[in-house]
Amino acid sequence: MANVIEVSRLIKRYKNSPDPSVNNVSFAVGSGEFFSLLGPNGAGKTTTISILTTTLSKTSGLVKIAGLDIDRQSSAVRQKIGIIFQNPSLDPNLTAEENVRFHAALYDLYPYRPFYSLMPTDYKNQVTHLTSIIGLTASDLSKPVKALSGGMKRKLEIVRSLMHQPQILFLDEPTSGLDPLSRKNLWDYLTQIRKSNGTTIFLTTHYLEEAENSDTVCIIKSGKIVALGSPAKIKKTLPAATPLSNPPT
Amino acid sequence: MNHELNAIIAIAARDVTKLLRDRMRIVFSFMFPFIFIGILGQSLQANVASSLGFNILLFTFVGVLAQTLFQSTASGLISLVTDRDSDFAQELFVAPISRYTILTGKILGESLVSSLLIISILFLGVIMRIPIDWFRLFLILPAGFIACLLGGAFGVLIMSNLSGTQSAQQVFPFVIFPQFFLAGVFNPITKLPPVLYILSRIAPMTYAVDFLRGLYYLGKPEYSKIVLHSPLFNLFIISILFVLYLVLGTYLLVSREKNR
Repeated sequence: MANVIEVSRLIKRYKNSPDPSVNNVSFAVGSGEFFSLLGPNGAGKTTTISILTTTLSKTSGLVKIAGLDIDRQSSAVRQKIGIIFQNPSLDPNLTAEENVRFHAALYDLYPYRPFYSLMPTDYKNQVTHLTSIIGLTASDLSKPVKALSGGMKRKLEIVRSLMHQPQILFLDEPTSGLDPLSRKNLWDYLTQIRKSNGTTIFLTTHYLEEAENSDTVCIIKSGKIVALGSPAKIKKTLPAATPLSNPPT
Repeated sequence: MNHELNAIIAIAARDVTKLLRDRMRIVFSFMFPFIFIGILGQSLQANVASSLGFNILLFTFVGVLAQTLFQSTASGLISLVTDRDSDFAQELFVAPISRYTILTGKILGESLVSSLLIISILFLGVIMRIPIDWFRLFLILPAGFIACLLGGAFGVLIMSNLSGTQSAQQVFPFVIFPQFFLAGVFNPITKLPPVLYILSRIAPMTYAVDFLRGLYYLGKPEYSKIVLHSPLFNLFIISILFVLYLVLGTYLLVSREKNR
């Protein structure tokens, strides 16, 4: 299994911060692997994912995504990845569908048209397929984003990130705000696309339960890796006091 | 190339869509030209026109047209900062497109939004019996769009240095309002003290205003009393400033986003 993510001696120190948020972190993720970066709030998970997705510069270290250098080939890297951000990154002034259409144009999946009715049938079918899996209705799609609940916005972000069928999917605490059924549907779908498309999944979470189905779990605390291995191996070595939690039911 | 073009269209269309849903912004964008031309222009015409030797209402009308287009596009770029505040900027910056594409799309979108103002200002001109023939209209419409593009690039440069919506709303008037007078929107600037002369030539709005005036007064006897530079010279300066502001603004914005 070739590595699609290679991180070597990664350090990130924010301006005016005495301590690095990510401190000499190294790991690799194989193609099609489900990798979980697990840690409490402030551990450095979002910083790591921001660097890997080219939205934040690193202080030092080497990062390659799909064999591409994130500094010199950042645009090519972004073509291969999909992201679900920790905070909603939707335009509240557009409708749910307009947000998806906008994303499809940015990734050049379909030519942009100012109205949904003018979009190609393939686009409409894809949106209908993805929304039905996640649990959004056609009526939800026509609503302005500001009228959607937090959980529905989350679902919409998931639909949007899956539109371009990325080779690597980064999920930054993706199930926060989702009800148990939607969470289950999401994981079922992610398992399905992993099997059918060989999509690599990079998850950050502080829910131990979500990481249990991973191939590899990496536990990070105060910017440093404290454990790395299979969930079974991690469970044996995980100290009882490690501040991780289970998802709300 | 088609990919980048598709993204530019989508980004620009987003701004137009947002404008069409923001009724208050549409109403208020018509208010200032009405105040400046209808009230200030008429007042100047009644009091100082005879000493100037040209029609100050016409002078103000073309000045306000250029100023409104420049300012409206520049201030529309505040959406760059609000996108950052609302985390929508993440969606833009993680997309596999050039940063220049993002900002070109933003400038184009805000320019299209501002261009809609041309219609309302020209309508106001018709009501006030401002003489505009088809030839001048044919020249002013694309020139107005060029003034919008310059305002948009200027907006990118300013916004790239601002941290949030609140600071943008506080700082922006300070970089725009002095240009009203330095660019000669309401007042002639053919004669200025040395310091104001230099500031006037630094202010980008000066070239947008003078460009539109140069085309409006082309072939008219008042041309030499009112216009500072030839339209070709203004177009040359506007082109240089546009590229300079876009490149520098993009560099600063990306550095600020990535190098935290």
